[in-house]
Amino acid sequence: MPGEHFVVPPHWEWYILLYFFLAGISGGAFVIGTMLRLWGSPADAAASRLAFIVSFPLLLLCPILLTIDLGQPTRFWHMLVDVGSGTPVFKAYSPMSLGVWGLTLFGLFSFVMFLAAVGEGGYLRWRVLAGAGRLMGSALGKVFMVIGAIFGFFVAAYTGVLLAVSNQPVWSDTWTLGGLFLASGLSGAVATILLFSRGRRDAAVTDGKLMEADRYFIILELVLIALFLITLGGVVSKVLGGGWIILWLVVLIGTLVPLIAEWRPTMRRQLPPVVVPVLVLVGVLALRAVIIFSAQA
Amino acid sequence: MATQPVGFFTDTTLCIGCKACEVACKEWNGLPNNPLEFRGSYDNTGQLDHANWRHVRFVEQAGTSQDKPIAWSMMSDVCKHCANASCLEVCPTDAIVRTEFDTVFIQQDVCNGCRDCISACPYGVIGFNSNTGTAQKCTFCYDRLQNHLKPACATACPTQSIKFGPLDEMRQTAAARLDTLHQQGVSQARIYGDKEYGGLHALFLLTDKPEAYKLPSTESAVLPSRNNIPGYLTATVTAVVAAVAGLIAFRRRGEAQP
Ligand code: SF4
Ligand code: SF4
Repeated sequence: MPGEHFVVPPHWEWYILLYFFLAGISGGAFVIGTMLRLWGSPADAAASRLAFIVSFPLLLLCPILLTIDLGQPTRFWHMLVDVGSGTPVFKAYSPMSLGVWGLTLFGLFSFVMFLAAVGEGGYLRWRVLAGAGRLMGSALGKVFMVIGAIFGFFVAAYTGVLLAVSNQPVWSDTWTLGGLFLASGLSGAVATILLFSRGRRDAAVTDGKLMEADRYFIILELVLIALFLITLGGVVSKVLGGGWIILWLVVLIGTLVPLIAEWRPTMRRQLPPVVVPVLVLVGVLALRAVIIFSAQA
Repeated sequence: MATQPVGFFTDTTLCIGCKACEVACKEWNGLPNNPLEFRGSYDNTGQLDHANWRHVRFVEQAGTSQDKPIAWSMMSDVCKHCANASCLEVCPTDAIVRTEFDTVFIQQDVCNGCRDCISACPYGVIGFNSNTGTAQKCTFCYDRLQNHLKPACATACPTQSIKFGPLDEMRQTAAARLDTLHQQGVSQARIYGDKEYGGLHALFLLTDKPEAYKLPSTESAVLPSRNNIPGYLTATVTAVVAAVAGLIAFRRRGEAQP
């Protein structure tokens, strides 16, 4: 049973919400791109490329959001380098410290795979990109992707652990947030890829598989939401009370409607094709919003 | 004074709520005035934050008789300079350091205003100064300590509710005072800070349970890092389940090898 809290909130608000949202989708998209490449058929190569191409630009926005949220944005680098000694600052037990390093390294993997995907797809006919493109099919490329995907999982999940490693009500009263943000980030990543695959016949052939994966991710997310609410004990009223219930309704619509629509093609065909992915993305955003804001209210 | 661990011992039974400590702290540290506002209480400071490093908390409780409808307890609150400090644990820039006096200090030229320490401090001590863009709190008058001076608050306190000295000495003083009060029949008197977070450098003598003074109980006084392993473990299990889900959804179904 969580104890009583006498803390003040850190006022992590809109920039942090957007960062958590984009980090989940970027990390998730890289993971999906890798899984499609490892386990999918040759026909899934285009969707896999699309996943890598989506991942990197979204990731680029993350450090921008994090930096403008700082009180002293020009000191962003203090998280990487010790001001006094010039040595790297790394604290494994501080998720913010670990996260900055994770984000930096993931950025490297995401950038290389972005170039490789552009090269393989022939979207830019530069020789260096063609070389990078050949990486995608090689054994070395697969090892590279798998390592990058581990960082992708991390970037999508650690934001939940970052909230938990505090003494704030709600956040520190549950062990579920890392898993929950990961599951919803993966679902959001599928939705983003589905949105971008519209009108691209080569990538759209994988839509069915992506929707099947999304169903599993949504089920995982719903299980984790239930565990989240159960583990909060008496503090649960803080996230369910007041106006927050409206955001939970958005979360429910953003999970249950896509789950049913992706299961039942007859229902899906009655909806305009963008509706399901957009609902998923709104739900992913609402989930993070309700967790971030309700705890600090 | 040799550089040995220092401590405060704040005896709430002696506090008269005069706020001399708050004023002395603001004067010495050049902290801004608080905006004038009516808070429905003599406590017009409200909370510890970037501009209030001492806060005289007025605890109003129902009195014991008709003559005394309200019972007051006053406590001059401050950063606890925890031995195991939650703020220091999470700070990603190492702006928060432990000084040669074993106190906890935020280096203003290193802090980048990420506010992770604010989310970690279990006592709601740290405030964000939007003018400097940094996190700020009590420095234990680090500059005064380096010059062999008592912290300003302890110097100003007219009733010696705030005592300052070597930490061991403060622990002994607190234990002796507790004995005296128990002998006088004040059975509810207790020391806060000897067990919490590996021992606080600001000990308090309370006459009610800690929660009445907005201090977490000994059982609730836990470090943020307790949630690292459960958090990452759940994320790892989720990642494995998601990978299996991906394998099931994306696997080749009688399609040709690439
Ligand atoms: S009371 Fe809060 S700010 Fe002070 S040392 Fe402890 S955790 Fe840090
Ligand atoms: S706000 Fe400053 S002192 Fe606090 S955790 Fe961030 S860098 Fe450290």
